[in-house]
Amino acid sequence: MSKPKIGFYWCASCGGCDEAVVDLAENILSVVEAVDIAVWPVAMDFKRSDVENMQDGEMVVTFINGAIRNTEDREIVEILREKSKYIVAFGSCAHLGGVPGMGNLYTRESILECSYSETPSVVNPEKVCPQGETTVPEGVLTLPVLEERVWTLDQTIEVDYYLPGCPPPVALIVDGVTAFLTNQLPPKGSVLGPKHSLCLDCPRKDTKPENMLIKEFKRPHETEIDLETCLLAQGLLCLGPATRSGCGAACINGNMPCTGCLGPTDSVRDYGAKALSGIASLFDAETEADIARIADRIVDPAGTFYRYSLPGSLFQGKVFQKEGARS
Amino acid sequence: MSEVSKSSSGNGFEPRIVGFFCNWCTYTAADLAGTSRLTYAPNVRVLRVMCSGRLDPQFILDAFRKGADGVLIGGCHPGDCHYQAGNHKALRRYTLLKRLLKTMGIEEERVRLEWISASEGDKVQRVINEMTEDIRRLGPLRLPPIPHAGRMPGEAVERVSSIGQETGL
Ligand code: SF4
Ligand code: SF4
Ligand code: FES
Repeated sequence: MSKPKIGFYWCASCGGCDEAVVDLAENILSVVEAVDIAVWPVAMDFKRSDVENMQDGEMVVTFINGAIRNTEDREIVEILREKSKYIVAFGSCAHLGGVPGMGNLYTRESILECSYSETPSVVNPEKVCPQGETTVPEGVLTLPVLEERVWTLDQTIEVDYYLPGCPPPVALIVDGVTAFLTNQLPPKGSVLGPKHSLCLDCPRKDTKPENMLIKEFKRPHETEIDLETCLLAQGLLCLGPATRSGCGAACINGNMPCTGCLGPTDSVRDYGAKALSGIASLFDAETEADIARIADRIVDPAGTFYRYSLPGSLFQGKVFQKEGARS
Repeated sequence: MSEVSKSSSGNGFEPRIVGFFCNWCTYTAADLAGTSRLTYAPNVRVLRVMCSGRLDPQFILDAFRKGADGVLIGGCHPGDCHYQAGNHKALRRYTLLKRLLKTMGIEEERVRLEWISASEGDKVQRVINEMTEDIRRLGPLRLPPIPHAGRMPGEAVERVSSIGQETGL
């Protein structure tokens, strides 16, 4: 019997998710033995036609990382959808938009403007900017075009499962892949990870006060961080209470607060709003002025609470246009 | 949708405002405004919550997502919350949420928190009229529609709230 085919693909990503697959180390050997990796651009030669020539549903599962940022991302994931029985959104960017999703606070034009002319290190007197089509003596050259905004994978194609994290923790990847190989899949649409929040699995949970109140938030470089006490109790903005567990409290073990990469638990629709709600209720203040003083220390609320999930949030990005008729 | 009055600015835009009113104060005050026959702009669809502290910021974003142009929160005066500290929590969340919304391109006037006791029917009238005019000046808030290729992450998507049905937005 031939081995089941699987694929890995990347869209707007940093490469960290593919690195995480490599990090499976010896764990990957059993996977490689059991499957035939048919697509993996970061590690193997890959032509678009290789995928186009496959039968529909020929691959059992394709793990797609990265957000959808340009027309090529969209085209390829649409093809992969046809060729794969299951699609897994792999990592924060595919799941909820990830760090590239912060691009939804800016217009496409302003991003191009910034990258190709405004940035001080850019020298571009002729204002060359990427074009979808360019005519040269030899003919017409084409390039993928940046879309108006960043999309999550499930806003682009139908997604069967989600592997959360930036990047997904090795243990969750192994469990996820095993679930496919042994055909023990949870209901469609599930996030393949624990259902509870990080605090429950945190080695510092016993030092987390029951009724916590915070007088002042501190940023990690501003204070000497105790190695054993709950980071939130020390005034560091730890998002563990709002974040799905599954990472083994990786950042906490590095003495850094959780920034929320695994996203929300199943009962939450908008990670940023919920995390903001939880943090704000801890403010040790009752008057408007005192509350404002504590809030002042959270200098970038959107970047803090939507760091990994802006395109997948209820607003999906900054609202630029308020005109126009309602449908 | 309920009948709406003619727009004063003549552009035909009638703001749709979702009101989250605390059961113990603002909701009762709105009742009082009604029985006292005070007239005010019909632009607020009221949802009763047991306390302003029950208000999950997700509800506010969801109201905008479902077509609201503004959200009005009414709670008991500081010190008067039936559950003691619910309104303090509401104020903390509101303060931080307003800052977030500013970055997201939402004007200040679109979200408003007011302490209105059960006897302040006239304050309900004034606040609703003011807010309706503020938002009429701003114009509609039109969030782009949500694409829905697959399922949204988590099972919470259909569950966030039933704000849409309850207010007829
Ligand atoms: S708030 Fe952070 S440090 Fe404290 S218990 Fe939760 S995850 Fe651990
Ligand atoms: S501690 Fe938070 S940010 Fe760090 S890996 Fe875990 S979920 Fe991600
Ligand atoms: S009971 Fe009215 S605000 Fe808490």
